[in-house]
Amino acid sequence: MIWTALIFAGLVTFFTRFSMIALLKKDYFSPRVKIVLGYVPSAVFPAIIFPAVFLNSTGQLVFLDNPKVLAALVAVLVGYLTESVIATIISGLAVLWLLIFFI
Amino acid sequence: MKINFKFKIFILGLKDVIPLLIPVVPFGIIFGVIGIESGLGSTVTFLMSIIIFAGSSQLAFAQLFTGGATTPVIVSSVAIVNSRHFLYSAVIAQYLTKVKLFWKIVLSYFLTDQAFIVSQKYFKQQPKNKDRHYHLLGSGFTLWFVWQLSTVAGIILGEVIPKELNLAFAVPLTFISLIIVDIKKIDHLIVAITSGVFAIIFFNLPLRTYIIVAAAAGILVAYGLSHSKLHKKK
Repeated sequence: MIWTALIFAGLVTFFTRFSMIALLKKDYFSPRVKIVLGYVPSAVFPAIIFPAVFLNSTGQLVFLDNPKVLAALVAVLVGYLTESVIATIISGLAVLWLLIFFI
Repeated sequence: MKINFKFKIFILGLKDVIPLLIPVVPFGIIFGVIGIESGLGSTVTFLMSIIIFAGSSQLAFAQLFTGGATTPVIVSSVAIVNSRHFLYSAVIAQYLTKVKLFWKIVLSYFLTDQAFIVSQKYFKQQPKNKDRHYHLLGSGFTLWFVWQLSTVAGIILGEVIPKELNLAFAVPLTFISLIIVDIKKIDHLIVAITSGVFAIIFFNLPLRTYIIVAAAAGILVAYGLSHSKLHKKK
């Protein structure tokens, strides 16, 4: 099952890249579609971020007493100020480890 | 002499993409570690970097696979994450009208965010250069090579890093880092919160389809917001 998923995911990825190059269309998309495509990361990634931060291993919503919430908040703040990918990831992990291992 | 000229363009592409590799290395390492921690195994993790060759899609794949998602859900999520490539492909297409089909296939495989950014800039500056596509080969191949090396480094690390470190948490952190600049804008923030809240509400839908529902909700809100943006431009 994982191999089928892997092959199809690979094909899908390739064809999104190949699509317009194959069709030789430069202005295939309306300005509105182009604007909407610009929102795709903001529309998809939070669907992965939110459950991984706010839900515990059994799928229950946990706000307080959840070290991941505070760690993610610090990461957002650091990312907001530095706009650095590495600083965002490291600060979040550092806070999580601090809360888990020392407090 | 002709070959030498093509090689020079290839090397230029290689050099141009180097500054953009700095975040790619830790991203690749994180993916390698997560691949091992999510139980994909070293073979699948390694081959995924070659077959999919798109960081955020690979991380989404690993995350959904651990969560018990089925093949159609995983593949459609990867498709949504990759839909931004349509735009890159449309922009690059106008510069590749004269090259052979074989080149179009090879260069499409290498069309990543970073290669697109640097080679599209070069193509714009070289309207008459017939060998300009070697620039995309240079930037794309360099990124590919570094991505594979970082994945392998991550796989090796993943085998020795203790589970207690909770490195799986690097997945949401990486995705936060990828949208942090966008969500400084209020419209992007609205789209992001919509998607996140929908993901929480619909998390218990069967087959992990919450990701599709949440992305659809976010894109719908984006479509609504794009109306005002379109009119502001005019």
